[in-house]
Amino acid sequence: MKIKVIVTLKNGVLDPQGKAIQQTLNGMNFGNVEDVRQGKYFEIEVKEKDEKKAKSLVDDMCKKLLANLVIEDYKIV
Amino acid sequence: MRSSVIIFPGSNCDRDMDVALKKFGFKNQMVWHNDQSIPKSDLIVLPGGFSYGDYLRCGSIASKSKIIKSVIDFANSGGLVLGICNGFQILTETGLLNGILQQNKFLNFICSNVFIKVKDKQNKYFRDLKKDILELHIAHNEGNYFCSDDELKLLEDNNQIAVTYCGEDGAENEATNPNGAIKNIAGIFNKNKNVLGMMPHPERMIDKYLSGEDGSLFFKNILDNFK
Repeated sequence: MKIKVIVTLKNGVLDPQGKAIQQTLNGMNFGNVEDVRQGKYFEIEVKEKDEKKAKSLVDDMCKKLLANLVIEDYKIV
Repeated sequence: MRSSVIIFPGSNCDRDMDVALKKFGFKNQMVWHNDQSIPKSDLIVLPGGFSYGDYLRCGSIASKSKIIKSVIDFANSGGLVLGICNGFQILTETGLLNGILQQNKFLNFICSNVFIKVKDKQNKYFRDLKKDILELHIAHNEGNYFCSDDELKLLEDNNQIAVTYCGEDGAENEATNPNGAIKNIAGIFNKNKNVLGMMPHPERMIDKYLSGEDGSLFFKNILDNFK
């Protein structure tokens, strides 16, 4: 079963890359872009048929490796 | 004093560290990350570099490598663990040190000499150090130290801030902060001050003809405190 995870910086944590992307977009005449936050996306193939179990495994993986909870939040989608 | 330098795939300051440690009289051994255990040591060093190509987050993969359990056990038993640059990033990812090193504020790789101020001398690294301000070298893309307000308060209350970026005259401000680190933090201790992580490279300042000798002071001081 494939589980998808999105890891993003927490609100309030400076995202210099997102800022640079926003400024570039503004410079390309996308003037209505007010903010960009960059994150990471994972597709994890888990050998597990029960969706609830698979998601709970991935939740554990997020806490232990995929996200650093000091600055990042994660969302299993 | 016996030391061990751990080598990860992508470490690149391991041999410089080996040269520096031996120059001042450490009996140093190199230890591969996939080894089960670390030879008897008084100091373990996690060197600079780009362990595992900085994949996922700097230091995150190395912090799960086979040898790390021994490093954590050693640190928890009071042993001296020093992480320089990528070594500092690895230490934060293991949880031995608080916070995280984020990308530099202006998205640039910084390679330059900096001045750092020693903020605490009640520890085995800086006790009786003759200077308060050292000139060392930094070379990093992710040295922008960050932690939560609560963690910062704990660091300050326990005097765990080890070194900060400053000017030659000691001024700590935005102008003397190369990477955006909160409170100009260049290095911190764990609560017991046996674990030190810092971005500057003392091993690059051990020869007066090549660079400078403030790194020599640092290594000699660790030895003097051990005697």
